[in-house]
Amino acid sequence: MSGLRKISRREFMKRTGQAGGGLVFALTFASACQPDEVAVGPAAKASASVAPNVYVNIRNDGIVEIYCHRSEMGQGIRTSLPQVIADELEADWDKVEVIQAIGHEKYGDQNTDGSTSIRNQFDLLRNAGATGRDMMIAAAAQMWAVPASECVARTHAVHHEASGKSAGYGELVETATGMPQLENAKFKAREDYRYIGKPMDTIDGLDFTTGRAMYGTDTVLPNMLYASIERCPAFGGTVTSFDDAAARAITGVVDVIRMPEPTSPPLFNVQGGIAVVANNSWSAAEGRKKLEIQWDRGANSEHESQAYKDGLIASASAPGASVLTRGDADIETHSQHEAVYYTPYLAQAPMEPPAATAIVNEDGSCEVWAATQDPQTARNTVAATLGIEKEQVTMNVTLLGGGFGRKSKPDFIAEAAWLARETGRPVMVAWSREDDIRHGYFHSASAQYFRAGMDEDGTTRSWLQRSSFPSIASTFAPGVTGPSGFELDLGLLDAPWDVPNMRIETCDATAHVRIGWLRSVCNVFHAFGACGFVDELADAKGQDPKEHLLEIIGPARKIDPADDAAKYTNYGHDLAKHPVDTGRLSAVTRKVADMAKWGRDLPAGHGLGIAVHRSFLSYVGAVAEVSVDESGKLVVHELWIAIDAGTVVNPDRVHSQLEGGGIFGMSLALHGELTTRNGGVVEGNFDSYPMIRMSEVPAKIHTHIMESDAPPGGVGEPGVPPIAPAIVNAYFAASGKRVRELPLRNAGLT
Amino acid sequence: MAIDFELNGESVSLDVDPAMPLLWAIRDIAGLTGTKYGCGKALCGSCTVHINGQPMRSCVVPASAAEGAKITTIEGLSKDGNHPVQVAWRELNVAQCGYCQPGQIMTAVGLLERIPNPTDADIDEAMSGNICRCGTYTRIRTAIHRAAGDKS
Repeated sequence: MSGLRKISRREFMKRTGQAGGGLVFALTFASACQPDEVAVGPAAKASASVAPNVYVNIRNDGIVEIYCHRSEMGQGIRTSLPQVIADELEADWDKVEVIQAIGHEKYGDQNTDGSTSIRNQFDLLRNAGATGRDMMIAAAAQMWAVPASECVARTHAVHHEASGKSAGYGELVETATGMPQLENAKFKAREDYRYIGKPMDTIDGLDFTTGRAMYGTDTVLPNMLYASIERCPAFGGTVTSFDDAAARAITGVVDVIRMPEPTSPPLFNVQGGIAVVANNSWSAAEGRKKLEIQWDRGANSEHESQAYKDGLIASASAPGASVLTRGDADIETHSQHEAVYYTPYLAQAPMEPPAATAIVNEDGSCEVWAATQDPQTARNTVAATLGIEKEQVTMNVTLLGGGFGRKSKPDFIAEAAWLARETGRPVMVAWSREDDIRHGYFHSASAQYFRAGMDEDGTTRSWLQRSSFPSIASTFAPGVTGPSGFELDLGLLDAPWDVPNMRIETCDATAHVRIGWLRSVCNVFHAFGACGFVDELADAKGQDPKEHLLEIIGPARKIDPADDAAKYTNYGHDLAKHPVDTGRLSAVTRKVADMAKWGRDLPAGHGLGIAVHRSFLSYVGAVAEVSVDESGKLVVHELWIAIDAGTVVNPDRVHSQLEGGGIFGMSLALHGELTTRNGGVVEGNFDSYPMIRMSEVPAKIHTHIMESDAPPGGVGEPGVPPIAPAIVNAYFAASGKRVRELPLRNAGLT
Repeated sequence: MAIDFELNGESVSLDVDPAMPLLWAIRDIAGLTGTKYGCGKALCGSCTVHINGQPMRSCVVPASAAEGAKITTIEGLSKDGNHPVQVAWRELNVAQCGYCQPGQIMTAVGLLERIPNPTDADIDEAMSGNICRCGTYTRIRTAIHRAAGDKS
């Protein structure tokens, strides 16, 4: 490996903590940044190992290494993924060591988004463990010359009851070496799970609480440089000219480098701009302030969010393209009710802004340490940026200080790789908060139009819904003028309403910023609109909102949107395995209402609101209790959230995702909005783009996981969508005022 | 110029521009990366360290202010990670991504040194300068109460 990677053992130990029993996870995680010549940790104790597959490596010192090929960004995958493998492997949790995998196709899908890690890979992970277990059994059977069928694996060892023989996994490594890898193995029965379904402690807990956890911003390499990049305020704009004399005069500034121009469509390519590289982060930032740049703000220079909002609403208010048709949504009814809902652009704003470090070696190969949700795409993007083969790129994955979709997009990693080659030195690109808020891949602004027709008794007979928003597809292809197929899966085409006449349409919207995905994506606005509008229908009918919600969801049934001429792909899963099950939706509705003691007497000025939504194959119901005073001070007193995610691996991490989803939903409901002027984002930091803070946090967030043996659904995202409508509906219950736009602060609520 | 101070109990002398924020002196020059950047404007608390025992936002404190001071970062809070606040954080699995947690912990420790048995209102006031995008707040509250119990 490159000589640039030499770090003294002393420095390495200082940075990773001293070796000790409790530190195996810290050491193994840090090993991504560890020079090869330094042998530390258990690797020094083992002389041989056998790998039943790419996810498992069993060492002859008895330690089982599990490769976590998914990115850790707070969802707890570095704990829950090993739980699944270790369970089927019959491994002893205390002898498991987790190693973060590099980005490589041998691991299969590593793209950590869409709440997919468990819902898509539960069987793959079980198989990784089970084939390892069967290899250990085969090795023991061979060693003892007994039939494998007479051997059982239990607690990190294989036992032969008839002879009383036992061999630990470490002892079986030599015999297992050279044995064929197994393709498939039988899974354990659910009642035999030891780790799956148990609230295991977060394996990174010690690192998280001692400052040893290593994120994208924490890579330290000898001779490294720190880059800060000034980008055009308007998306797609370019540098006309620039003066860097004052920047170069700043102590510590090493170079000023013009970045490659942005491409159209933007893809994950670098966005142009001027980079200041320096010996430390502060000098780079100070140098950047001294740059004088003339911009051609380009085709989006007149993008103004207020005018854009008006355009989206106008688009959604006129007929669009029908994407779902059931009966005749235009039938005459006793009365009609219509409404328009709007949500603004949002930034993911992970606490760690995008950060990556790269080295380009003399042979042209590149090694990267990055906070990436999608290491294979990052690897491909770096290869394309440098014009090299992906096999020449080593993509190490650090911990992510939050992701929420932002770190699926490796533009910042491409920047680091490009600057590393330009400078011939290791370069860290760490975005500032302002960079993150102003230059990201934004969650779409959206407008939705609803029209319902009701019978005399208020029962909804027809439902028309139109959705208009700039598409994520515009980031990847030219000429995209409206919502794209996969986005309609996200809380639109699986509408659960038991309404005999329904039509859903999509309406045009052209992108003027980079559109990306944010935790739960289009489900945010589709759930906000639909659950808000359903609450309006309850009021129009004069019915209790919960009773009305259950009524309009209707009897337990399985919906196939194809019956209504919709092209629905169900998050990539077969409807037979993961149906759109209104029974499960009603069950979480009833459960969460019971948890909140729906119907109880409330203090003056308080209201309860309810919302329910299926996303990422899971069902979540939420109730909010809010109060509002005469000054417009809105308080969310408590939240209740119930999820049916099918089989869950680590209930503690599921609870924590719901708690966090509640707060994330509150942030976007109460505060979240990006606006644009002259093509650039106006907001820049947490003063203008606020997050929920401790003083606004409900006294309690009650969470519940429904007992289920259904296949796993998603967990990271589904907690978010019902939160905003539950709060808005609660505000209506408290005040009699209906809000159809987010954030609530724009309605005078603080 | 050299700035001399005590960092986690050890005397250090850093050759930095006195205007450099302490955050970057600690991270880039002293090489302790546990203290995090989140906003650069004292808006989020990720960079919280103790200066002479007081929780401060190191992203807006110039390195010159450290001269002669005792600075404690998350790495120096305890020898083995067993400060009662750290223990409570682990017992309750507070952290999600973990990035803001060093700042949360340093702020919480400062609170408990000032108010050994804080109420929820005390916690809300003391902790509202620290943002957690993952939304671990309710567990932070519980963990602070638990750590307070451990101390008493």
